[in-house]
Formats: sequence, structure tokens, C-alpha cells
Amino acid sequence: MQSVIVQNIVKNYVSKKTSVEALKDISFSVEKGEIFGIIGPDGAGKTSLFRILTTLLLADSGNASVDGFDVVKDYKQIRNRVGYMPGKFSLYQDLSVQENLEFFATIFNTSIQQNYDLIKEIYQQIEPFKTRKAGQLSGGMKQKLALSCALIHKPSVLFLDEPTTGVDAVSRKEFWEMLHRLKLQGITILVSTPYMDEASLCDRVALIQKGEILSIDTPKGIAAGFKKPLWAMRANEMFHLMNAIKADDSVESCYPFGQYHHVVFKTQKDGRTKLEEIAMKGHYSNVEIKSIEPNIEDCFMALMRG
Amino acid sequence: MKQFFIFVKKETLHILRDARTLFILIWMPIVQILLYGFALTNEVKNTQFAIFDEAKDEASTRISEQIAASRYFSLYKNVHSYKEIEATFRQGKIRLAIVFPQGFRDDLLHTNHAQVQLIADASDPNTANMLTNYATAIINDYQQSINQNQDLPYSIKTQVRMLYNPELKGAYNFVPGVMAMVLMLVCAMMTSISIVREKEMGTMEVILVSPLKPFRIIIAKTIPYLLVSILNIASILLLSVYVLDVPISGNLILLIAESILFTITSLSLGILISNTAKTQQAAQFTSLMSLFLPTLLFSGFMFPVENMPIPLQIISNVVPAKWFYIIVKAVMIKGLGFASVWKETLILVGMTVVLLGISIRNFKIRLA
Repeated sequence: MQSVIVQNIVKNYVSKKTSVEALKDISFSVEKGEIFGIIGPDGAGKTSLFRILTTLLLADSGNASVDGFDVVKDYKQIRNRVGYMPGKFSLYQDLSVQENLEFFATIFNTSIQQNYDLIKEIYQQIEPFKTRKAGQLSGGMKQKLALSCALIHKPSVLFLDEPTTGVDAVSRKEFWEMLHRLKLQGITILVSTPYMDEASLCDRVALIQKGEILSIDTPKGIAAGFKKPLWAMRANEMFHLMNAIKADDSVESCYPFGQYHHVVFKTQKDGRTKLEEIAMKGHYSNVEIKSIEPNIEDCFMALMRG
Repeated sequence: MKQFFIFVKKETLHILRDARTLFILIWMPIVQILLYGFALTNEVKNTQFAIFDEAKDEASTRISEQIAASRYFSLYKNVHSYKEIEATFRQGKIRLAIVFPQGFRDDLLHTNHAQVQLIADASDPNTANMLTNYATAIINDYQQSINQNQDLPYSIKTQVRMLYNPELKGAYNFVPGVMAMVLMLVCAMMTSISIVREKEMGTMEVILVSPLKPFRIIIAKTIPYLLVSILNIASILLLSVYVLDVPISGNLILLIAESILFTITSLSLGILISNTAKTQQAAQFTSLMSLFLPTLLFSGFMFPVENMPIPLQIISNVVPAKWFYIIVKAVMIKGLGFASVWKETLILVGMTVVLLGISIRNFKIRLA
């Protein structure tokens, strides 16, 4: 069964002088119990899409349904059954951790005790601070509280808009572990993120840019779509090296990736020789060249160019 | 219903935890009523006055002495003509003049009737009233003291003349005015700000995606402010009765009921503003410009509406505070009953229904 169906959604923001196309004819569907990642840079249209699905915004055209309910007609039913965690921390900063949780539990007609099992693992980590004001929590704890609040009514679909932005690496890892445990409970999770490395933690991902979906597949499927050989190179003068590589006609693209530059050639058979040639010419030292397997980010860069 | 109450509780916590808001809500009314009460009513103490004594007999001298000796008055000078009285008033030296006509004592002794004229500067009507009342009281004291062993009582009639403002129009009874202002401010401004704050903080986004009905959200948000307003009504009334000596002549229940009606009118205005304002500052500014100023200008509290040009008088009719001001003045000051304010009450009820209707209709169930 499909939890979320999106068909030809278009959303434009019109101001006096300009019109911005936030979503251009987007279609996809999410299976029940799936972790579906929406990966894209800032301004790609992720938040608009989430707001349309959570009935907070109306699309200009197209249909969407959540749990079989239409996002326009049946908005009341949807509001009863989804959990939504906006990108911006949106709890009451002047209420304590416990007061926030109690408030959200009650407005969803439930109580903390009733669904404690669901949030137990997450909530236990912030429980020692339950009398602290939400505004005084650290970034990671805020996200855990927000997730607890979004989960307290046992939603069938969970919408998480950039839940890990601004959260440290350890908390991010924990957060994703939690999402996987929630998945086991049968909850469908739509999660957006600007971090490519989180794509591999989803069951399926949609790469989105400038309001268009570039590709929808499993993380492996997307990586497999990258056909050309990929090279990673580093040397002492990285900035100069980048320019030197880009200046070569045979190079299709070169972009920094961690400590390396990733290089793709247009048709070049022997990439290593070519890169060594460039290194010799530029008198670089500490040169390291290796052939690597493409990951999601490489695919995304390739798709963006295409 | 449980949802509703947790919302009210949450809203109350917001108010209680924000020291600044709490300060404004609770102390502002008290400070305002005291400020207006003491700053605008001019305590009557050692007020300079003049005597124009055409009689110069025993009785007039005694009365003059007694007035001059009281703690309310101090003699500025003796004058010798009406012209001089006028001139001294114009110089702003005195606020009251007492005129004894020729043969004051003779009239009193032979006809048992005498007249004293009190002339007061009525540009400040409250003070003028008070001064003439005090002076009359002192004269009455004298009258009683000479009547003690008299069969046929002497009577001294005081004839009061109010200079500059003979009908005492626009006598601002500041208590109704402050009440209108405070309730407007607390209800309209504070509610609109608190609703817009939810939008600004993003919490509106989260509570919209919940089973809570938007209508309920709004009502729940206004309840704590309604309670604060009732507290304010009580504190203003208590202060005006016990500190400022402004008695409640009419029915207290009626007065409170009318105040609560006006509170609800203001709350609806606040909700209406919050529908359009995008930021807390915008909400605050809109409230000040569209509610506070008209309340100040058109309610009749500061400036008498009757003296305004016709177009402004027409505009003043859409200001709810004007009607509330009329009601409070009638009930609290004049002691009139519901029968004489039902029209104004009906207008307020009508305004409230329309405003509440519009604001609930326009309340956005989505973000944009």
C-alpha cells in the first residue's frame, strides 16, 4: 500500500514583481513503512513539498494524498494522523520539556503514558532535563524533544523537515538509528535533508533540485546509475590543482570532496595517466590518485550537471 | 474539552513566564489610573484665590478668614473690581474668586438671606467643581455657626459661576477613559501579539497540523487575556473608589458586565489584527495606530467629540471605545441603569458579533 502519493504537484510563489517556481510538476509515491529521503540543497523546494503534504499549503495544481486522504479535501483527517516536525525548531521555548510534551500529547487526544513506549528511547535521553525550558536545550536535545512531540500521538506518517540540520555528528547518527527503529513500528517516514551522506540511510531517495526531481531510486540504484569511472586526487596545492584539472579539455567535471578532488572525464580511457600528467606539469608534491566507487553525492553532482 | 484546557493552561504559562508581559498586563492599568487620577485631577491644596469684598462687614470678613485659613485655599490678594478679578484669572494667578455684594451682613440680618458669588476657572472642570464645593462647604459651616441660637435661620446662598466653560462640557471623567484604553490595550494588542508570535516562532505550523480546530485555538488563546482583563477591571474600579474617591453610583454588576462585553469586542479586534499582521512588531504597530490612537482621540475621554468637525464625529461612531465610554460614564458616574444604556450596549454587541464573525471567517487554516 502506498502511504503518500504525489501527482504533478506545482507550486509557485508569486510576489509583486517576480514569480518563483518552487515545485515544478513533481510526482512520486512512498510505500507504507518506508523511510523516504528527499535530498537536495537549500531552496530546492523541500519545505514547500512538506507543507503541501501536511496540508499547510495549497498546491497550484496537481494532487496529493496521505494515507489515502486528499491533502485539500480531507485536510482534517490528515491533521489527525500525521506527525510533523518543521525545519525550524517550533516548540514553545518558554515551556519546559515536559510541559511541551504534555501539551502536544493532549492536543492530539492522547497522554504521555499511553504512547510512552513509542518515544521511550528518545525521551529517556532528555528526561533528566524535563524541567528545563525547551529554549535552553542544546541543538541535539531540541531535535529529540521535537521528535518526541511529533511522535507522541503515534502518527501513521511522519514528516521530518531537515531534522538533522545544525545537529552534531553523534546526535545525527543517533537520530537516524531512532528513525530505523520507528520504521520497525510500521511508521512511514518522509525525511528531507541537505546532507548527501544521510541518503544512504534511507530506503529510497528522491534527489531534488530547483523544484524538480532529478532521480528517485534506492541509494544503491542511484549510485549504480553512475556509469563513468571516477577518480579521486589530492596534492599539496589543492586550489591550483582544481583549476589545472578544470582547464583540461578532456575533463567533464571536477569538484572538491573532503580532502580530495573528484574527477570525471568525458571519454578518457586512462584517467590515471592523464591526472599524473597534470600533476607533473604543475610540479605538485604529495600527489595521490585513486579510482573510487561513486556515492550519492557524486551522482547528485552528475545529475545536476546533466 | 481537555485539549481546550491544556491550551488555556499553556497560554497562561506564556503570560506568567514572560515578566515583561506580566508587568504590562498587571501594572500598566494601575499606574495609568493613578497617573491620570493624580496628575490630571490636581489635588486641591493651598489653591490661590482672590476676594472682592464690597461689603467689608463682620460677616464677610469672618467668612474670608475662614476660607483663607482652610488647607484648601490661600489668599492671593484682595481685589477691588470685577475687572481686576478677570485680569487676575487671565494671569493664571488664581483659580477661584469670592465676591461679597454690598450690604452682605445687613441682608443676612434683616432679610435672613444673603448671597455670595463664587467664580471658578472651569477650563479644568473637575478642579473648578471641587473648589466651589469646598468653598461652599466652608460658607455653610459659617452659616450653621451663626444659626445655632436663631429661630428663623439665616441662609447664605452661594451663586456659582464657571468661567470659560460654563456647562462643564468635556469634564473628563478619566476613569471610564482609562478603562477603555487599558482594556483595548490588554485585549487587542496583547492577543494579537500572542497569536502572531505563534506564527513567527513557527509553533502555529505545528499546532495547525493537529486535530485542534482553528476556531478553538483562537478562543483558547484569548481566555487568559479575558481573565487578565477582568482582573484589570477590578483593580481599576477598586483604585478609583478607594484611592481616587470616584464612587460607583450605578449598578456594579451592570458595570462589570458591560466591561466584559467591551473586553470581548477588543479581543475580536485583536484576533482580526493578528489575521493580517505577519510579525509581532507589525501587530503592535497596527494595534497602536488603529486602536489606541482612535480610542484616545474619539472616545470623548480626552477631547469632547461634540466639539469636533462633523466628519470626525461620524468617524468616532465606529470606535467601540466611544460607546463603552458613554456606557461607563452613565453607569458609573451618573448612576443610570440598563434602560438608559441599552442602545449603546446593543451597538457594542453588534460590533462584537461582526468583528468576531469576520476574524473567525478570515482565520487561516493554512499557512499562506
